Amino acid sequence: MDLSFSAEEEAFRAEVRRFLRDRLPARIAEKVRTGKRLTKADHEEWHAILNARGWLAANWPRALGGTGWTVAQSYIFEVEAALAHAPRIVPFGVSMLGPVLIKYGSEAQKAHWLPRILSGADWWCQGYSEPGAGSDLASLKCTAIRVNDANGDHYIVNGQKTWTTLGQYADMIFCLVRTSTEGKRQEGISFLLIDMRSPGVSVRPIILLDGEHEVNEIFFTDVRVPAGNLVGEENRGWDCAKYLLSHERTNIAGVGASMAALARLKQIANAQRKGGKPLAQDPHFAARLAKVEIDLENMKTTNLRVLAGGEESPVPLELGAMLKIRGTEIRQEITSLTRRALGPYAQPFISEALDEGGSHLAVGPAYAAPVATDYFNNRKLSIYGGSNEVQREIITKALLEL
Amino acid sequence: MHFQHSDDRRMLSETLGRYLGQRYPIEARHQIAESQRGWSPEQWAALSELGVVGALFDERVGGFGGAGFDIAIIFEQLGRALVVEPLLGTLMAGRALALAGGSDDVLARVIAGNCILALAHEEPQSRYDLWDVQCRAVPEGAGWRLRGSKALVCQIEAADHILVSARITGEAGDAAGIGLFLVAAGTPGASVRSYPLVDGGRGGDFTLEDVKATLITENGASLIEEAAAAGIVALSWEAVGIMDVLKRDTLEYLRTRKQFGAPIGKFQALQHRMATAALEIEQARSAGINAAAALDSARAERERSVSAAKFTIGRVGTLVAEEAIQLHGGIGMTWELPLSHYAKRLIMIGHQLGDEDHHLERFIALGEAA
Ligand SMILES: Cc1cc2nc3c(=O)[nH]c(=O)nc-3n(C[C@H](O)[C@H](O)[C@H](O)COP(=O)(O)OP(=O)(O)OC[C@H]3O[C@@H](n4cnc5c(N)ncnc54)[C@H](O)[C@@H]3O)c2cc1C
Repeated sequence: MDLSFSAEEEAFRAEVRRFLRDRLPARIAEKVRTGKRLTKADHEEWHAILNARGWLAANWPRALGGTGWTVAQSYIFEVEAALAHAPRIVPFGVSMLGPVLIKYGSEAQKAHWLPRILSGADWWCQGYSEPGAGSDLASLKCTAIRVNDANGDHYIVNGQKTWTTLGQYADMIFCLVRTSTEGKRQEGISFLLIDMRSPGVSVRPIILLDGEHEVNEIFFTDVRVPAGNLVGEENRGWDCAKYLLSHERTNIAGVGASMAALARLKQIANAQRKGGKPLAQDPHFAARLAKVEIDLENMKTTNLRVLAGGEESPVPLELGAMLKIRGTEIRQEITSLTRRALGPYAQPFISEALDEGGSHLAVGPAYAAPVATDYFNNRKLSIYGGSNEVQREIITKALLEL
Repeated sequence: MHFQHSDDRRMLSETLGRYLGQRYPIEARHQIAESQRGWSPEQWAALSELGVVGALFDERVGGFGGAGFDIAIIFEQLGRALVVEPLLGTLMAGRALALAGGSDDVLARVIAGNCILALAHEEPQSRYDLWDVQCRAVPEGAGWRLRGSKALVCQIEAADHILVSARITGEAGDAAGIGLFLVAAGTPGASVRSYPLVDGGRGGDFTLEDVKATLITENGASLIEEAAAAGIVALSWEAVGIMDVLKRDTLEYLRTRKQFGAPIGKFQALQHRMATAALEIEQARSAGINAAAALDSARAERERSVSAAKFTIGRVGTLVAEEAIQLHGGIGMTWELPLSHYAKRLIMIGHQLGDEDHHLERFIALGEAA
């Protein structure tokens, strides 16, 4: 066993740091560091910078415009980018749709859509969940009926998707739709790419408890979708969804993001004073801080163990579930401790203080502004991407074999 | 021994509950909470008409309550309806004034609904420490002048009179030497920077630059402690009211939300989580009862019960708020669902008058001293 990175890997880390120092716009890093809202343009700017360097699609093969990185390299990049306060890469096109197209898409689909993901020509969103189909995704009802008429071969889509993250920015949505009601529920689902500007698509914002417009409901009324937008075979869309679950494992534990959040928490705990001393030296607080730090240290290794195992073969579902559960619990504990660290100053909330240049509007210490809403917003981590309860079901199902 | 409220208290609780159910529905609450003022003079008038303000004070100052359980029944109902009106500040400042004596005229107007109070005690650096008072009081002629900063005063803009703690002698950290002073809103040299709070309503920072003030007492420490104790009883019962709503709504959701062909309440993983939350809520209610019962007891008993309650409420409140959201799934994250606002308020109660860690340490220290 050897936990150290190789000399080449360390050289790669140095290269990543150099790149981040030279190319990550200070304006954007400052927004991330201080918990400001990122605009669509901010995300696009960062994606374009990464793409220009060839570093946008960590998990795609080189031939298709990806990095071809090893898991160790992907991990190093994730951590360094997070610690440098880079925005996270918006996952929908690059990390979710891309791998599915690469595995199941036709040559024509790959040639058309993959370069557009990289160039940012299309902003993608994910249309899986429905009001009645959350954890029980296979119960989804949004229908697509194949019609071949004078207007060509296409699907007519009717139904609703919900919780669609950043759907308000999207040009395209990849959806799981029902194409058959016969047999097993999973066997009547197809993977379909839908243009958000098609007649019959409408988007309604959902405001989350922090007051932000992050997710949406999307309604489809007789929306015509070219049959060429079907990915893989009809009624085999569930395979695409499952494939993503077992292959998209880098980043699921969010180690980089938690490391950055922990560093920030420590800064705040050192700046806050309790009984004349830094809060970080308060025995109760220090104990909580140490516990989450230990958990994160352990998670770094658990994460790398799982990733290293996945280099040759798909990662067993239960291991991915473990990363998801504990990774999100760690992140939530850090946001909770950061909230506690502020003491009474967790209460004021001035929305405009989260806009670029709004720091002077904050009440109390400038770092306090985003903390309470960040805590509330991150309750989502244990709900989406397969809730932590569902992940525990996955673990016990795999282990018990009952 | 019995655990029933008196008929009078039961009646007031029911009347208030009915009123809030009809006149303070969540839509009205949001409108008030997000308004420029962050509270509603009409609601204040109606609440004092119902006797809600009078019930917070005892007969010596013209009220008809003032015991721990009077405070409890009222704030429990305020919690159930997520009320943002300036009752906490009025309770705490009014209690200190009543204990100090000599302010019967002000209190008479408070009880009649014509005057609102705020307690400006915490400071930017004080972080729950009651004796970390740096704001200064200096005698001037027959009167006093105050200079310093007060932070996070609940609903300070609503107040007609602000009770301010200020140091006359000693150092920050000393209980001795802290005076209490009354400042009329709008007194020259006093300025307010108010802001919205993440859980609705408003608070404000209060800056005093040689502000003329009326001395209430030169030995304010014990009154501050008693006012804070009453405030903690109030917050604890507000939290109990909130938790009962979260429990009711989450149970209802577990019964009705279906996934995998069954109500999600059929999943044992969720059943056990709900059972734990329900158990903890009962423990929190008992902590609230203990604190309310001890409010008029001798200091040692009162303060230990109060710190025990606030510790419990902080710990259980976080658990219940987080579980209520989690068991709802995505819908629990939405602004539209009242539940998310109850959860936010419950979490923020943990940031008022001392968090879990603070009260755990305080409980230990009080035990050592006994
Ligand atoms: C901020 C946010 C962003 C999102 N973004 C997207 C997106 O971009 N695209 C998209 O398609 N979806 C998205 N989602 C949806 C997300 O994937 C779902 O919320 C999630 O799958 C849970 O479904 P649900 O909300 O319907 O909850 P439900 O499935 O109704 O679950 C309610 C509760 O029951 C529990 N539960 C359910 N089944 C079981 C079981 N068998 N055993 C034990 N417990 C169980 C759950 O864990 C949860 O606690 C997003 C959600 C959020 C909150």
